[in-house]
Amino acid sequence: MLLQILRRTATLVVSLVVSSVLVFVFMALLPGDPARVALGVNASEASVAQLREQFGLDRPLVAQYLSWVGGFLHFDLGTSYVSRVAIAPQIVDRLQVTLWLVVCSMILALVIAVPFGTLMALRQRRPSGFVLSALSQAGVAVPAFLAGILLVTVFAVKLQWLPANGWTPPNEDPVQFLRQLVLPVLSLGLVQAAVLTRYVRSAILDVQREDYIRTARAKGLGPMQALRRHGFRNAAIPVVTVLALQLATLLIGAVVVERVFVIPGLGSLLLDQVANRDLIFVQDIVMLLVLAVLLVNFVVDLLYLVIDPRLKVATR
Amino acid sequence: MKHTRIGTAASATLLLALTAACSAGSGTSGAAGSGGSAGAGGSGGDTSLSVGLVAEPASLDFTKQDGAAIPQALLDNVYETLVKVDQQGDLKPSLAKSWTVSPDRRTYTFDLVDNAKFTDGQPFTAKDAVYSINQVKKAWTISLKAAMDVVQDAKALSDTKLQVTLSKPSNDWLYRMSTRIGAMMTEKETADLATKPVGTGPYVFDQWRRGDSITLKANPSYWGKKPYFQQVTLKYFKDPTALNNALLTKTINVIGTVQAPESLAQFQGNDAYEIVEGTTNGEVLLSMNNGKAPFNNLKVRQAVRYAIDHKALLDTCWAGHGTLVGSFVPPTDPWYEDLTGLYPHDLAKAKALVAETNAGATPVRLRIPSLPYAVSCGQVVKSQLEQAGFKVQLDQLEFPAVWLQTVFTNADYDMSIIAHVEPRDLPAVFGNPKYYTRYDNKQFQGDLAAADSGTPEQQVTLMKKAARELSQDAAGDVLFVLPNLMVAQKGITGLPKNAITESFELADLARS
Repeated sequence: MLLQILRRTATLVVSLVVSSVLVFVFMALLPGDPARVALGVNASEASVAQLREQFGLDRPLVAQYLSWVGGFLHFDLGTSYVSRVAIAPQIVDRLQVTLWLVVCSMILALVIAVPFGTLMALRQRRPSGFVLSALSQAGVAVPAFLAGILLVTVFAVKLQWLPANGWTPPNEDPVQFLRQLVLPVLSLGLVQAAVLTRYVRSAILDVQREDYIRTARAKGLGPMQALRRHGFRNAAIPVVTVLALQLATLLIGAVVVERVFVIPGLGSLLLDQVANRDLIFVQDIVMLLVLAVLLVNFVVDLLYLVIDPRLKVATR
Repeated sequence: MKHTRIGTAASATLLLALTAACSAGSGTSGAAGSGGSAGAGGSGGDTSLSVGLVAEPASLDFTKQDGAAIPQALLDNVYETLVKVDQQGDLKPSLAKSWTVSPDRRTYTFDLVDNAKFTDGQPFTAKDAVYSINQVKKAWTISLKAAMDVVQDAKALSDTKLQVTLSKPSNDWLYRMSTRIGAMMTEKETADLATKPVGTGPYVFDQWRRGDSITLKANPSYWGKKPYFQQVTLKYFKDPTALNNALLTKTINVIGTVQAPESLAQFQGNDAYEIVEGTTNGEVLLSMNNGKAPFNNLKVRQAVRYAIDHKALLDTCWAGHGTLVGSFVPPTDPWYEDLTGLYPHDLAKAKALVAETNAGATPVRLRIPSLPYAVSCGQVVKSQLEQAGFKVQLDQLEFPAVWLQTVFTNADYDMSIIAHVEPRDLPAVFGNPKYYTRYDNKQFQGDLAAADSGTPEQQVTLMKKAARELSQDAAGDVLFVLPNLMVAQKGITGLPKNAITESFELADLARS
């Protein structure tokens, strides 16, 4: 088991190094001069050149890369080119906002997907199952921002039940915070739910064909009882895998939803800083996102060992 | 058992994370304590106002950071200047009650108000004015500071008397003192310019939530007329639809700048809203690279000007809102003249000139920034020019990064479309041969210099002459001057109809 953990850790580290090189090279290749963007349209050549030197942009690429990675490893995320303010506090603050959005959407997706997916699997050959299946197909096809725009038009503009956009920190006005959270979470969560439902359905269907379910039914357990006691835990493995993969999709979806709902999250921060060519800022955010996704997948890998005891002795 | 342990650990982590994340999105806080905000939704309460804007500042320090967004929020609201520009474009007293100019027009003596105070409690005196002026020359890094270079010396003759001596007469200098370089800052340097600005204005900076909004609170010890709204929140939206929705759902009270004029239809004829339309300093310039072929040839430039049907273009790409002018001067400048008659739309003449110069042989690169008005107008300009016989290649460049590098720095373009929004920028855009327009006309430069150093009357005459020369020489074509479009809830008064200063003035706003 220790060997497995070590192996997975090594994969994580290598992935991080490769990602850092990729994001650095990509940002270096983008046309546009950060110093010129930071100083604006009216700046003179001399001040642009001076700022480039101050940012260290005149150094060779390898030196710039090593200096950035070095800072990153010491938890020094650097200073923004454009606002000249420390990057780390801004990221932490915006990350919390995006996390609220992503975590709530994921919970909503799970809460919808597990019962409906199971229902679809159990009622597979009946009309109700068919209807649910069609609905989830439609849900998969709808992009999150379209769902957002539709929800805003109906519930905010026409019915005026909920605010159209904006963000209030939870400790300032919890009621307004919740009201403003509903539509964005629905936009992201409903689409995710549709995707997850299909995975839950196929996982349950697979499990139902297994021998141990047949044995349990033969022993007298009802279909739901058999599932609950023996089936869910086995069905959980593929679902947890997909959940971890969907995290990346959710983070991307959050970028667009943040724009539509004017939420000061990490996604809109990333878009702004790319437009500003604030290289260090963008690289920091992307690396943190990569780290988050890789870590979640790493934790999921370890979770397998908990869910499925057979995997502990799997490879020897 | 293992499950219970993991379960407890998971729930404990979750609770900890939840508590930590309770302040998510509160961003940078301001000086005067953010306590009891009257409804973060903005439109709660009669004395609270929420204004929707589009470009958020990257920092609050306009001494080091260029861009219109910072003075829009802070100038005339938090910071004040010695003189101000009114809605007609004329200079009026502000922190300076009155001023006299010496006969050689090099020495200005200002009589300052005696009851202005900074928000840190210190009184505003001539010493602060001297400090602020010297700081521009010493410590500011933005290029607009060059307007202060003409100041030779600034002296505090008493607490309320300021004397400024220029190295040569300059009409422009006093005007520029109404812009951000004239912002009066405290000599005691108690402010952190980037996060905690301190000024003498009717509002005090309260809080900045990055990516969301800036909140200003009324200054209780303001020396002038107290503002009606005790709290103003400036909310920033990148998406025009989100901006409109925010007004429709009462999250904001005013749309400070309409980005998509075609969307005005949903507010027109609706009694709950009022549309305010005025002018700006934003000339949407169809620039031509005067430095190389084909646009170093006057006839080719003239062909372009004859080919553009400005009325049709304005109707198509900006829903008919805006002003048609004939030169690079907006209607509120003292030397404005309607020069649209110099190059009326004449397709026959345009075709003849194109044929004569063979300008249709090589494709012309129209490289536009990815801004809404440029994208709208680019297509129309292309099709109008092609009717006259030009071959046009339309490129859209990411703004700001790629456009700045390609067009602005390297002048690697033939034509471009961008709005120049700084006030009185005729000299900056066409008077400098190194600027991206690459226009080098010595006669024109001479007229500009004489206008600045002459008497105010001479300035008007000479600037009119220079603007006419520029138009006749077809150095560029102003497609239209951007309109100032605002939508407000009915009952809100005092909105600045013409956006001709760098600030969005809040003190005059009230609810009837």
